Amino acid sequence: MAKSVNQKPLPLVALSTGFVLLWLFLAAFPFIWTAWGSFKVEADFFSRTDWMNALTGPATEAQTGSRFTGDGYYGAWIEQGFWKAVVNSTIVVFCVVTISLTFGTLGGYALARSGFKYTFWLLIAALIFRAMPHVTLVSGYLLPFFEMNIWGYLPTTIIVLVAINQPFTLWMLHSFFLTIPKDLDESAMVDGCTRFQAFRLAVIPVMWPGVVTTGLFSFLLAYNDFTVTSMLLSQENQTMIPKINSFLGSTQQEGKVMYAVAAAVSAMAPLFVLVMVFQRQIVSGLTAGAVKG
Amino acid sequence: MPHRTFLAFIWPSLLAMLLFIAVPIVSVAYQSLFVEHQQILSEVESCGPFGCKSEVRVDAAAMAELRAEEPMGRYNGLGTYTNPTHLAFDEVREAWATSGSFGNFIGRVMNLPFYKALIFTLCYTFIVTPLVIVLGFCIAVAVNNVSARLKGPVIFFSLLPMIVTPLIGALVLFWMIDSRGVIGATLQVIFNDPQLSLKASPTLTWVTLFVYGVWHSAPFAFVVFYAGLQTVPQDTLESAMVDGASRWERIKYVTIPYLMPLATFIALMQLMDNFRVFEPIISFSAEANAPSLSYMIYSDLRSGDFPLFGSAAASSVLTIIGVIILLFPVLIRNWREFNRKA
Repeated sequence: MAKSVNQKPLPLVALSTGFVLLWLFLAAFPFIWTAWGSFKVEADFFSRTDWMNALTGPATEAQTGSRFTGDGYYGAWIEQGFWKAVVNSTIVVFCVVTISLTFGTLGGYALARSGFKYTFWLLIAALIFRAMPHVTLVSGYLLPFFEMNIWGYLPTTIIVLVAINQPFTLWMLHSFFLTIPKDLDESAMVDGCTRFQAFRLAVIPVMWPGVVTTGLFSFLLAYNDFTVTSMLLSQENQTMIPKINSFLGSTQQEGKVMYAVAAAVSAMAPLFVLVMVFQRQIVSGLTAGAVKG
Repeated sequence: MPHRTFLAFIWPSLLAMLLFIAVPIVSVAYQSLFVEHQQILSEVESCGPFGCKSEVRVDAAAMAELRAEEPMGRYNGLGTYTNPTHLAFDEVREAWATSGSFGNFIGRVMNLPFYKALIFTLCYTFIVTPLVIVLGFCIAVAVNNVSARLKGPVIFFSLLPMIVTPLIGALVLFWMIDSRGVIGATLQVIFNDPQLSLKASPTLTWVTLFVYGVWHSAPFAFVVFYAGLQTVPQDTLESAMVDGASRWERIKYVTIPYLMPLATFIALMQLMDNFRVFEPIISFSAEANAPSLSYMIYSDLRSGDFPLFGSAAASSVLTIIGVIILLFPVLIRNWREFNRKA
């Protein structure tokens, strides 16, 4: 029997495995290192003498009496009020995901079902909008928002993030709805449903996989945003990411870098869980745009 | 679907995009024609025990009143675009006239803030994007070769650099390359130079940012290519093998052409994302050596007590023009395809 296409010689497998392991190390090590180090004191995490100190933590043991310390977390969450930023982030992210999915499913469905030429132009416009650097848009908002006295509040930021999210959401849900056969809602309409009823009764029950995937990316956009939230929110309404950035300035001088490290690790943790639970959806979402080329 | 139903479905989404994406673009263009009010100076006589002296002060009350009346500032036409912090026509012309060599000219232009930011942004975009595609492809091919048991964890850990907030991801690296951090300290040992710091020299800062960019985006290219590799037609691969093609030739003549559309897709996404590089510059505090166009706008909006709206708006318009030039090939291609179909 001729050797199959997928049979691989041993050296090739070894080389590939080595390369993959190297990449894994590069991808994961920084996060594991920082997560571990966040339970140490600054003298260990930023050790002048020996980097091994960050692993073993002699200074942590000397200063706090145990090998791990939650001081960084205590300082960040309680002393610096990081918990408030977490609450704000939760509100912003929840609202952005809900609203942008509602708008997006309706719009994406319409774009997928309408055969007119303007759908093409709408999608192209959405593509151009998606490419706009967010900070250029922010420089357009700032002055009008000051004038209208709506600067600094959470609802303003939420609606801005929803809008920035729309081009992407529309593209993704549009290509997802294209994969749902037209017959499904059309037969519902033949049975006497209006378009909205057909959407509600025939399409909504089968659309959840696409909506979950799109929702993940809306979540990431809202959660990871720094540009919009740092410019449009006042000090007391800040979400996590701008809060961490403002820690940097103030804590570096006071020798409290570990607060920032702990806060950064706290903000990373939900993302870890997210990737673990939704790995499959994230992968399918990333490739969804590509399949259509 | 009739127009009316279409509109009924799409209006919330359309309205949001119109109000918060299209209108701000127009508003930015309009704002860029204005600059801040000139400071109103008033002479104040202050008398102390050693006689009186007159002082020139900024009249804060009058300024506040003027700002309330005309929040946009005063009309400046295209003046902001041509001033030294933007296109700097006078400075460039002068540099062209007085600098002897071309290298000297480039050096002087590089010192103008707008051109410095533009050149960094372009370098970042056009160096990081190809590297991301190449590295992503290599990882995808390698992962495809390893045993199936490794694949799940590989994908999990590979996604992390991309999913984690850019600001935090960059910070994590920044703490590690600190001269007291693990990578910074190790590099000092390797090069036997206790003064070595990745933050000090402009070149090293650029390299660090490029490395961060590739690290952050390679997972995206990897996942897309990996999904593409699963669909490479096995028949073609087999017939290539029957024809005596080696493994490398099969990759070169079958796999790579097959994955080409995916590479175009990744390139498009990466060009858009890399052109607005911003967060890593904040995290690495690299603004002195490596400002980007986005950073320029950010720092204008953050300057002093009162944001420089005019200056930020002019930079924004120039950035938007840059984005459109960047997307132009894609738009042309789409237009042709659309016409072919119609």
